[in-house]
Amino acid sequence: MATPLLALPELEREHALSLLREMLLIRRFEEKSAEVYTQGKIRGFLHLYIGEEAVAVGAMRAFTPDDAIVATYREHGQALARGIPAAAVMAEMYGKANGASRGRGGSMHIFDASRRFYGGYAIVGGGLPVAVGLGLADRMQNRSTITACFFGEGAVAEGEFHESMNLAALWHLPIVFLCENNRYAMGTALMRSESQTDLHLKAQSYNIASSAVDGMDVLAVEAAVREAADAVRREREPRFLELRTYRFRAHSMADPDLYRTKAEVEEWKHRCPVENFAAMLRAEGLLTDVARKDMEASVGAEIAEAVAFAEAGPWEPVADLARDVYTPTGSS
Amino acid sequence: MSKMTYREALRGAMREAMRADPRVFLMGEDVGRYGGAFAVSLGLLKEFGPERVRDTPLSESAFVGAGIGAALGGMRPIVEVMTINFSLLALDQIVNNAAALRHMSGGQFSVPMVVRMASGGGRGMAAQHSHSLECWYAHIPGTKSVAPATVADARGLLLAALEEPDPVFVFEHALLYPLEGETEDGVPMKIGRAAIRRRGRDVTLITYGGTLPKTLQAAEALAAERIDAEVIDLRTLRPLDTATILESVGRTHRALIVDEGWRTGGLSAEVSAQIMEGAFDSLDAPVARVCSAEVPIPYAKHLEDAALPQPAAIAAAARALF
Repeated sequence: MATPLLALPELEREHALSLLREMLLIRRFEEKSAEVYTQGKIRGFLHLYIGEEAVAVGAMRAFTPDDAIVATYREHGQALARGIPAAAVMAEMYGKANGASRGRGGSMHIFDASRRFYGGYAIVGGGLPVAVGLGLADRMQNRSTITACFFGEGAVAEGEFHESMNLAALWHLPIVFLCENNRYAMGTALMRSESQTDLHLKAQSYNIASSAVDGMDVLAVEAAVREAADAVRREREPRFLELRTYRFRAHSMADPDLYRTKAEVEEWKHRCPVENFAAMLRAEGLLTDVARKDMEASVGAEIAEAVAFAEAGPWEPVADLARDVYTPTGSS
Repeated sequence: MSKMTYREALRGAMREAMRADPRVFLMGEDVGRYGGAFAVSLGLLKEFGPERVRDTPLSESAFVGAGIGAALGGMRPIVEVMTINFSLLALDQIVNNAAALRHMSGGQFSVPMVVRMASGGGRGMAAQHSHSLECWYAHIPGTKSVAPATVADARGLLLAALEEPDPVFVFEHALLYPLEGETEDGVPMKIGRAAIRRRGRDVTLITYGGTLPKTLQAAEALAAERIDAEVIDLRTLRPLDTATILESVGRTHRALIVDEGWRTGGLSAEVSAQIMEGAFDSLDAPVARVCSAEVPIPYAKHLEDAALPQPAAIAAAARALF
């Protein structure tokens, strides 16, 4: 069930439409990414966010530009929701020098220092200790900022998850842990890899307040993450949310998707976070057919610009291969 | 100049850095109340308090990763990992994050973190506390590695490491902690420079860390036999000071590398290859090596002694070059 609009008094038409537009941007961006991937424009791994848009879009609203964001290798949604230009993300996937990481990172490693976006981490669980450290730095410098740490449910099986939960709670660190539970760690279903599938309960065993949220409902996600982020700001203690969602596409472009039934995928598609939210706005009289069409056109134009930016972007000269391995101010 | 132990020099350097810069802090297992497994941080808790001398749980991966995050967040962490063997639990954070973040982010982020760890054998600690895996770290681009072998270097290289904008590993051979010597106060050191610890004309002995005293001992034995050995202390394992090595071998025409790491794929192999690449024509004999035997370091004293490079074996290997 979608959260009734009236339950969120701060929600205005503009706000609702901007949530929809962001989700739509991610959806269309990912569709375009898949398309150019098959054309050979993007190489390596490509993990699409289609189906999970409500998580990044709803959650990111709870964080200020001064807060820090840590994400995973499936981070296009977080990057775009954080405000990193679609052009910089697309150019990075093209491997161009005008990409977010100068073509050094690719799809899995989008970074943006100016937006405190500390990147996509492609070792499952590997971003959690980094988030702990960012929280520690906030605490030791008496800053009021907080850290958002996104990770998938697969990370819960890693030792780094448990070590990080413990440290965050033990040291009273201002971190919102956002477990994006899309039910499959690559091809391994949650019930095949965890003895306790109510993942948020694991955080409670470390004395971290936690709950589970419908990750297909952008309003529910936004409300829950705002509440958690506010609590972290107020109490300077970590919080944990499990955002239950589903990816509609395969794990990566290389994945034949043999481990789940088509019927299951189709069933989840009925809960599409983008279309269901659009339908709700239409029912509430907040979205007209014309407005939807205009939104598609503006999103389409933004993505076309991103592709053009990436296509036109320069290749890093091979002579600069070794730049940025070391910081120039260090000893040589 | 102040007389002190290697352990005290490390402690003094940390104290100096923490007094000078509020961003510097120490964390690791038992660094606070216990005073450090090797008593390096003894007394620092009292002066700086538990926020800046931070005891951690036994979570190497998370607290090394937290060091990375803290560095990204504007701090200057010193992370103590009790031994190099334990550091393997943190290799994911070290290799996949600390070393890669700058490059992977297109130069947007640096990780100014110092990781200190005890290494080496000779103490009857057997195969899970005695290894010399420095070469694994020296293998990783994006990082630097230092192995102080003297009291002056313990202070100077640790302070130099804290000046670096990128991750630096400091390897402290556990047998060196009680070593006495003098520091050179007020003289800033730079990473990346080897030191000639003994001048000689006939052969160059190249070593670092815990095998420096043994190599100097061997050089004295050789001197009695009229073989005048030069001894180079690498001090920095990445980047290697190749120029100093090649200059010396160019004069002596013979080289022997002494490395407590294993021979196969070890640091000695890298130094040897650099000599081949840069000083092949100067050599009057093949480059020789004395390394640890290819066994997990054993417990019993006679076996451990046999496994590690010893002065007699070093002298014998040098003699064989003539």
